[in-house]
Parts: sequence; C-alpha cells; structure tokens
Amino acid sequence: MAISVKVMRRPEPGRTSYMRATLKGMSLTFKHLVRLKKVTLEYPEDQPDLHPRWRGTHRMEVHADGRPKCVACGLCPTVCPANCIRLVGGEDDQGNRYPIVYEIDEFRCIFCGMCQEVCPVEAIHVGQHFENAEYTRDRFVYDLDRLMEQDHPTTLLWDPSDPRSE
Amino acid sequence: MHEMHQLSTFWFWVAGAAKVIGVFTMVMLAVAYMTLAERRVSGFIQDRLGPNRVGPFGLLQPIADAVKNLIKEETMPGTSAKFYFVLGPMLAIMPAVVTFAVIPIAAPLPTPVGTVDMIVADVPIGILYILALSSLAVYGIVLSGWASNNKYAFLGGLRASAQMISYEVALGLSVIAVLLLAGNVTLTEMVWQQQQMKLWFVFPLSLAFIFFVISALAETNRLPFDMPEAESELITGYHTEYSAMKFSMFFIAEYAHVLTASALMATLFFGGWDIPVWTGDDMFWHEGALIRGFDEAGAPIAATPNVLITLLTLGAFSAKTAFFVLLYIWIRWTLPRFRYDQVMHLGWKVLLPAALGYIVLVAGTMLVLDQLGVPFGFRYGLILTGVSGVTTVAFLFFVDRDRVISGAHGQGSVARIRARAAASVAASAAVPSAARTAPGARPTTQAPPGPASS
Repeated sequence: MAISVKVMRRPEPGRTSYMRATLKGMSLTFKHLVRLKKVTLEYPEDQPDLHPRWRGTHRMEVHADGRPKCVACGLCPTVCPANCIRLVGGEDDQGNRYPIVYEIDEFRCIFCGMCQEVCPVEAIHVGQHFENAEYTRDRFVYDLDRLMEQDHPTTLLWDPSDPRSE
Repeated sequence: MHEMHQLSTFWFWVAGAAKVIGVFTMVMLAVAYMTLAERRVSGFIQDRLGPNRVGPFGLLQPIADAVKNLIKEETMPGTSAKFYFVLGPMLAIMPAVVTFAVIPIAAPLPTPVGTVDMIVADVPIGILYILALSSLAVYGIVLSGWASNNKYAFLGGLRASAQMISYEVALGLSVIAVLLLAGNVTLTEMVWQQQQMKLWFVFPLSLAFIFFVISALAETNRLPFDMPEAESELITGYHTEYSAMKFSMFFIAEYAHVLTASALMATLFFGGWDIPVWTGDDMFWHEGALIRGFDEAGAPIAATPNVLITLLTLGAFSAKTAFFVLLYIWIRWTLPRFRYDQVMHLGWKVLLPAALGYIVLVAGTMLVLDQLGVPFGFRYGLILTGVSGVTTVAFLFFVDRDRVISGAHGQGSVARIRARAAASVAASAAVPSAARTAPGARPTTQAPPGPASS
C-alpha cells in the first residue's frame, strides 16, 4: 500500500474562530463521554479474539495412544533462530525414533513459528495462547510432558496461495 | 412544631463543632470521589472505561488509592530544605480545605434547640475571607517547588506564583461585579439577593461569570492553565520530588480547590442552594427572625424552616457544585495547555482591563437604574441581563478571530503575516523570476520581535 499524505487545509489566521473551535472541541469530547461503545476489553472476563495465525505457547501433538508425534529428526533445534529447543533423540526396538528429552525455553523463544513450519510430521506447533505467567523462572522451560498437555488451538500456517488468509 | 429561634451560646458551639466535622468529612469524601470521577470521565471521553475494578463501578478505588499512598515510601531529597519541604504540602492543603467554611450549603435546619444555619462560619467578611485564603495557596506550591532543590520543581513553583497572582486580580475583579449587585460580601446574603431577584446572577452578570470561570481554572492550576504541573515540560512541576502521602496531599489540595471554586461558582452565580422557580425555600435572617421575603407593604413574611427543605436545598447545592466539577474535568480533557506567555497575556492584557471595564459598565447601569427608580427585582435583573448579554457577545466577538487571543502564530500574527505576504509580493515583482523562489524573501517592514517572527 502506498503511503499517502493527508494535507490539512488550514484556514487563514484571522478567519479562525477560537470560541467556535473551543465549543466544537467540547461537544466532541461530550459525544465521546456519552458514547456507550468503548474500546476497553475487560480482559479476564472477556478474552481477546486471537488471529488464526497468532503464534503463542507451543504444544506437542500426540498419537491416539498417547505417544508424542515427534520423531526426533532434529530439524526444529537446527532451524530455531533463538536456539531455545533442546532435543535428545532415542530409538526403540522397532527402530522408531522418539524424543527422550524435548525442552523449549519459552523465555528464549521469539515465537517465529519456524519449528512448526519445518516439522515433517506436524508434531511441534506454536499455538493461539498467551497466558503463560509463572511464579518462578524455571517453570518457563517446558518439558515434553508439559508440551503434550497443552490443549489450545494451534496456529494456522501461512498459505502462499492465500497470503492474506481470506 | 417547635419555635423558630436562634441558638443559645452552648448549642451554637455544639452545632458549630458538628458542622465543622460534617463539612470537613463531606469535603474529603467529595475530593476522594472527584479523583475517581476525574479518572472515570477522562476514560469515557477517551472511549475507555476507567478504573472499574475495586468495588462496584470502581467505587472503592479512592480507598485503595489512599491505602496505597499511606504505605508507600516517604522520600526526602538529600539536598532539599527539609523544613520547608515538609511545610509545603501542609500549606497547600490548609487554605484549600478551610475556604469551604464560609459557603452556605443548604437552607437553615430546624432542630429542637433552635434553627441551625447550614454554613460553618457565617462570617461578615464572607468572600474576602475566601480571596485572602485562596491566595495563601500559592505559598505551599512555591515553597515546595523551591525546597525540593530541583530545577523543574523550582520552575513549576515560579510559574505557579506568577500565574496565581495574575489571575487573583481577574478573579477578584469578576467578584466585584457580584458584590456590586448583591450589595454585601457575605455569601448567605448573596444567595438571598439572588432569591429576591428571582434571577440567578449568571444572567445579569454573564461576562463576570465567564471571567470567573477562566480565572478559577487558572487559580486552581487546572488545564488549560496547569503551568505549574505541565507534565510534558516540567515533569510534574512543583511536586516532582514528593512521594506517598505528601504527594497525595497536593492532590487533595488541588481537588479541594476545584471543589471550592465550583461551590463558589454555584453560590455567586447560580443561586447557591436556591431551588429555581420555587420560592418556598427562600430563607434569610432579618432582624433576628427567619424571613421568606417582604410583602407589598414591605413587612417581612416569616419563613418556616423544614428538614425536607434543608435536604432539598442541600441536593440543589450539591447538584450545582457537581455540575461545575464535571465542567472542570470536561474542560481538562478537551483543551490543551496554553503557552506560558499566552497565559500571562490573557491574564494581564485581556481579563484585567475587560473586567475593570465591565465593573464600570455594571456600576453605571445600576446607577442609571437606581436613578430611574427601578426597584431591585426581576425587572432590574432583566435589564442588566440585556446589557450584559450584549457586552458578552461583543466581548467574545472582539476577542475572537485572532484579534486578542491568538493561536500558535503568536500575538499580532495576522498583521504580521499579511505584511510579510504583501512584502514578498512586492519583492517578487521587483526581482527577476529566477530569484522569486529564493528562500530569503523577508518582509521589508519591521516585524515586531516575537516567537513567530523569527
């Protein structure tokens, strides 16, 4: 979108009525005073409508039997620009890879969503969620169990064919 | 029904003490809720909600604020003048609270021991007491500004003293018009005269009312005249260095001032506790008896004080005062702050001569009316209303459109801008067209030195 400049037509000095301007200002503020529609969101009671591509707290998708979908391929710690994912992979008897340790430091995370983009099995997601206050700093390192417990909706990925998600 | 009589000395003291405590409590409560009103109204004006969390509709917010201010740390700048630093807030709050003592808040209240005037102290000097004490308020501000040993606080204090002294003059002169019409300085008598005229003084003295509102805004350091605070220029001016309860005392003082000024506007110009149209509430002590008015022959008609009338008039007084408090808040969130030189200009060069001229006009009109034998009453008021109305419209017309009050261009800007335009036209006609776009096209006439001429 091009930048447009709005040119204000200023009346010539000497033609401006300050009394009228003052009264106009007073009536304008009065209109806002009695206007019932306010912009305040009364937060804990009313929740904000998060955009479908809002990137918040992570969550790990799980299989029906409760195992994490993660296959410990190591792509997300590699791509992570903030280096906040710690992954130690393991392999079971059938040769399936799984994460032994999967930790995300939510303090370091910049919520770019690249872990979700890069994940080949759609296991790790960023989500439409932001209420993650804690009393201690160490609670902000989310381990695998905690990531699997999250149940908020996941973030919609950007679709190149529909760039404005219309 | 008990006998209507004046109080004995003992009951006078008892009633006096009760009124002191009652009015002080009322003022403090009103101040507490004015802080809430200010925040809620400012919120509404800006399409927000304002504080609505503590208690229903945020009604307990002032209590939460008080608790917060009480348990906050009292700071004392190491380089401050300690004694004056502590004295400052005390001096600021004292005149703000005590001025309410001479404002009548309701019709006299009948009690078994006699009729109690609903005024803390019906002193004969009335309005002079208010003027004397309200000018003391500047000491608190200038002392705290100086004692803080902070350049912004000091600037705030300086501005406060200059501004409050300047507008004291205009305030006093606008009150003089009321004194002329009421013929007395006590506020009870002013209410009585307005009841007798059956016309509130705002109509016959419309221009004085406008002057009073403007000067009262400046006197209480409220926007658009909050020079001493001026957050954007002076941090918060004179109370920059204050914290906790000392800081909050400045706030109590400011709101108490606003309350007193609003009550004064209601009393001087809007009939005080008078209920409009209804004459049943008219009451005044005349030669030891409470009267309601005079009959055709000039004999006094006795009034019967009633608890209900007292309550109704108290309600009327509160409603009027609340309206002006809201007007204050409304103006604050509408108008931006004046520049300092504009404030001084308005005070000394516009309000002072205009108020003086207006006094002459009112006095002259009254002299003519008295000479013509027009009795003091509704007709007398109507004639004055006409004269004042014409003067008000003329004054506002004369002041407006850059004639006296100017916008951002500075004083006399129109003449200067026109002169510059004419000069540049003349210059461009004289020089070749290549030089016409040169930036140095200055007016040949001598422009008066000013902020806009550079």
